[in-house]
Amino acid sequence: MPDTTATTTTTTTTATPDTPEAPAKPETLAITLNGREVTAQPGELIIEAAERHGVFIPRFCYHPRMKPVGMCRMCLVEVSSPRGPSLQPACFVSVADGQEIETESPAARKAQEGVLEFLLVNHPLDCPVCDKGGECPLQDQAMSHGPGESRFIEEKRHWAKPIVLGPLTLLDRERCIQCARCTRFAEEIAGEPLIDFFSRGDAIEVATFPEKPFDSYFAGNTIQICPVGALTSVPYRFKSRPWDLEQVESTCTFCAVGCRVAVQSSAGKVVRFLGIDSGPVNQSWLCDRGRYGFEAVNARERLGQPLCRKDGELVPVSWNEALADVGRGIREAVSSQGPASVGIIGGARLPNEGQYAWSKLARAVIGTDNVDAQLGDGLPAELVVSLPQATIDEACHSKYVVVLAGDLREELPILHLRLRTAAAHHGLLVVDCSPVPTALAEVAAAVVPAKPGESAASVPDLVGSGGPLEGVDGSDVVVVLGRPSVSESADSVAAAAAAFVRALPGVRFLPALRRANVRGALDMGLAPGMLPGRVTLEAGRSWYESQWGSMPASAGLDTRAMLEAAAAGTMRVLVLLGADPLCDFPDRDLATRALERIPFLVAIGTLPTASAQLADVVLPAAGPTERGGTTTNIEGRVTHLAQKVVPPGVARQDWVIASEIAEQLGLDLGFDHLEGIWEEIEEVVPSHFGATVEAVYGPAGADGVVLPVSGVGLSLLPPGADPRRRLDPVATPGIDSVITQGAPMFAGFAEVPSGQVAESVAIEEAWAGVEPPALSADSVRTSGSSAPRPAPATFDPDRWPVPGAPVPDSYGFRLVARRFLYDQGALVQASPSLGKLAPRQRLHLRRKELQQLGIEDGGKVRVRSARGELIVPVELDESVPGGVAVLGFNLEPVDEPGLASIIDADEVAQTVRIETVED
Amino acid sequence: MGRLSAENRQRAEAIVAVYPERRSALVPLCHLAQAQDGYLTEEAMEDIAKLCGVSPAEVRGTASFYDMLHTEPVGRYVFAICTNIACMLAGAYDVLGHAEERLGIHSGQTTPDGMFTIEEAECLAGCDRAVCVQVNHRFFGPVDEEGFDRLVEDLSAGRLDGTVPPHGVLNRVHRAVGLPARQPVSATISRNPQSAGAPPAGALAESAPSGDAVAKATPEQNPRKEKEGEAG
Repeated sequence: MPDTTATTTTTTTTATPDTPEAPAKPETLAITLNGREVTAQPGELIIEAAERHGVFIPRFCYHPRMKPVGMCRMCLVEVSSPRGPSLQPACFVSVADGQEIETESPAARKAQEGVLEFLLVNHPLDCPVCDKGGECPLQDQAMSHGPGESRFIEEKRHWAKPIVLGPLTLLDRERCIQCARCTRFAEEIAGEPLIDFFSRGDAIEVATFPEKPFDSYFAGNTIQICPVGALTSVPYRFKSRPWDLEQVESTCTFCAVGCRVAVQSSAGKVVRFLGIDSGPVNQSWLCDRGRYGFEAVNARERLGQPLCRKDGELVPVSWNEALADVGRGIREAVSSQGPASVGIIGGARLPNEGQYAWSKLARAVIGTDNVDAQLGDGLPAELVVSLPQATIDEACHSKYVVVLAGDLREELPILHLRLRTAAAHHGLLVVDCSPVPTALAEVAAAVVPAKPGESAASVPDLVGSGGPLEGVDGSDVVVVLGRPSVSESADSVAAAAAAFVRALPGVRFLPALRRANVRGALDMGLAPGMLPGRVTLEAGRSWYESQWGSMPASAGLDTRAMLEAAAAGTMRVLVLLGADPLCDFPDRDLATRALERIPFLVAIGTLPTASAQLADVVLPAAGPTERGGTTTNIEGRVTHLAQKVVPPGVARQDWVIASEIAEQLGLDLGFDHLEGIWEEIEEVVPSHFGATVEAVYGPAGADGVVLPVSGVGLSLLPPGADPRRRLDPVATPGIDSVITQGAPMFAGFAEVPSGQVAESVAIEEAWAGVEPPALSADSVRTSGSSAPRPAPATFDPDRWPVPGAPVPDSYGFRLVARRFLYDQGALVQASPSLGKLAPRQRLHLRRKELQQLGIEDGGKVRVRSARGELIVPVELDESVPGGVAVLGFNLEPVDEPGLASIIDADEVAQTVRIETVED
Repeated sequence: MGRLSAENRQRAEAIVAVYPERRSALVPLCHLAQAQDGYLTEEAMEDIAKLCGVSPAEVRGTASFYDMLHTEPVGRYVFAICTNIACMLAGAYDVLGHAEERLGIHSGQTTPDGMFTIEEAECLAGCDRAVCVQVNHRFFGPVDEEGFDRLVEDLSAGRLDGTVPPHGVLNRVHRAVGLPARQPVSATISRNPQSAGAPPAGALAESAPSGDAVAKATPEQNPRKEKEGEAG
């Protein structure tokens, strides 16, 4: 990506080998900026060069992550030319050698004041009732660069307000200053040009096409980048004033991309998430699920009190009673049927520290290896941790990206955004070989749908003669590997990965798993047969015996096997760590039988999910924004999570709950504070050597640390440097409201004194002459143990054989169970704004098959598998390949029969028949 | 009504092929759709969006910029009465006021019978004939109150049908002009080996893709002559 990061310089380029500076350093140009001789890069815009040298040029339409348009004219500056100085838009003109630029000359000043006076002609100045008032670039720049008063005394324009642009986006048209940031974002970045300017002159307005609302998953970004209060969100409108907000920089944990966010709260409640410009990850963008998902944290139904089942009813009890119950249950199970009768499902949404605590509790205290953070809907842990990995930046900068995953726009929206931008504007060649073309197909160089269940078989077509990857060097290829369909077995995807490694030596992978910290869970060993640090149970046994004491005898069961054992009556205790198998496990029948049969069910989580309703003990846990710690994204990048608010009731942190349960079982996990757990992780977990507390927890880790820490070393901030990053590239330095715009890394972080601006420039200057400490695995303190550190698992293609092809059924359709961003999952449904956006279940078929079946678009059909049947309406969808039928996963309320009731988890690919229904 | 007719669709594809970028055909296609329905229907804008590879919102955004394109229904005849300086001095506001009174509507409105729409226009470049009035983009002038009444009567009676086509029709002769930047799909997959090297059909020929459906131009209807047409 041509990172225009000049303004938002990422202060810590953490071991990302291909930062934009990588190419040979171009020669620099000498320019004169306000009489000062400074240097600039060729091709750099004046506004960027000036900003790097500490000169702020006022602007509205310019955004460092979008192409300049020069629309608002606010950035007019005086630029020397052969014909004398002339006024030029600084956001649109590149620097030239010897150029003289005056940003504050009387002429420039007059032009800027004139533009601002014009912009304010039709602006209502309703700041006292406007959500943006107090953090408004127009307000700020009217004060700093405006004329002070207006000569306009005529009637201003009036519009109906607000109008609804999209489900969560409102527009007050009279406030709009026509900077086109929103329309450009929709077209250029999101690729969904559903809004545009209509009409002309003073009648101009931003609007949608009639009946085609702005229902983009990325619509919230337009609200964040609107430099006035024209765009507002339904969840935040009139909720708070900027000066009432407290904030902290953290990581979004609603999917596994790990976008950096500012969590803002008012009166002890989270009210807003804003995207922070983290160069290697989200580049300031957020999806709406991440942006508004915090509503689930504030949900009324949040668990705040431990519950125990008494006389068939779940009743509130004290922690002591609930923990004693759990301890008794586990002790009885272990003493009667051995530790393997205890299983732990879930944990993918916990911070790393909580996952490590649970992994240690399971292995060293209980003695079971029955732990699985994935609910049969992910990829094998050993595959994910052993594949050669690529970062998001590496994927965007590589020549080819192969997508063999579910629709990334639905599962990992910001990864979709990054890849889409790279493909649409920077020449990345995307090969979409998911069974049903994804949203990336629109910008893809090739779309080669793999047959569901036979992904590996499609690899020769891709690399063979005439294929899109014919003769391609493997090191130029990154495969985004996920689970394209939950009704297709993970073995088939694993076999495809093996085929890619064989066919394209040097190929790298980016796992597309969706649960928030699923990568952390796999790294922390919340998977059967895997121990923390990407090592297998066998490879790591002696090391962990030396560190933790004892180890389970053999590899345990995965979620499916645990549920089967529970249904068969051989499992005694199941602990659900935030997991909701009734809703999320692909085979609902099995999940129901298991949870009804299990003698002792413990549910630990934030919401009373359908599965928790069946539990014997329910323990309330702290949710996102209520707990500190770290999280690991799909790249293996560890970032810091900050706590902003307190959990409801007496809910506790996950690691505290694990420690308490261990204590009930008579052992001490040895944790007394959060950073202490990370210290132990850094010392004990092989893949985490070198990722010190300072690097990960401290301000230096703003953009995270990609594991394993390579010998390159981490670049850290100097002590005392302020890591705040501007939330808004329009933010005017020197104005009070902006100082609070950069979120501190920690709650309670010392306030920057008024008038002092958090600037990345200042940080770089502070670094001058200071050699960053080189951290490598070798310099890490070695633990006292004599056991050799285990080596991380390596990828062996032969380990992942091609599963047998599904039996052909000439009447059958291969089922693709795809995911949607908004579904009936507990987290989405607990959020009032998002819950209602979940689509209704539809069977997608292409026209030819609709006609063959004699079904009208919108008519109802019966979808039948060996397992069960489902009656759903059909929808015509020409993107669906022949012989394939597509249903959405988890779109039915949990108490109704759904897609999960017709999936048989044993099948390589689910085959269904489609029958017409008589009304 | 609504969607582009089969014939217009074919014509639209030929227009798209004239440009190196599909979206460049946006405004010509808007005129084509407006000629079909008198204004740009939502369905037509959706069709145009598909043909140009843009979103319907972008089509409506572009169309709404231009006064000559209407995204709301208008009358069969759209009066554009110039009120710029030359016409204003010649009494344009009197004509406009009279027109509003005579038709019982305000500027920007359409009579209930769907016959007439009045618009106040900026300079129409007919200052030598102030007060200049356009009816469906055909020039009339100088027009006074009495002349306006006669114009309305003539239009209502159909006496000007030869001069003033229904709103939206720019020219009744369709000429395929310009060298296609890309051959239409039908030409590229032609099975006739001889056609491969030949210039694309209709490139410069004065014939419409489907000639019989197009009205033959008569001298009276020659667009160039229309400028001479006068009210009454």
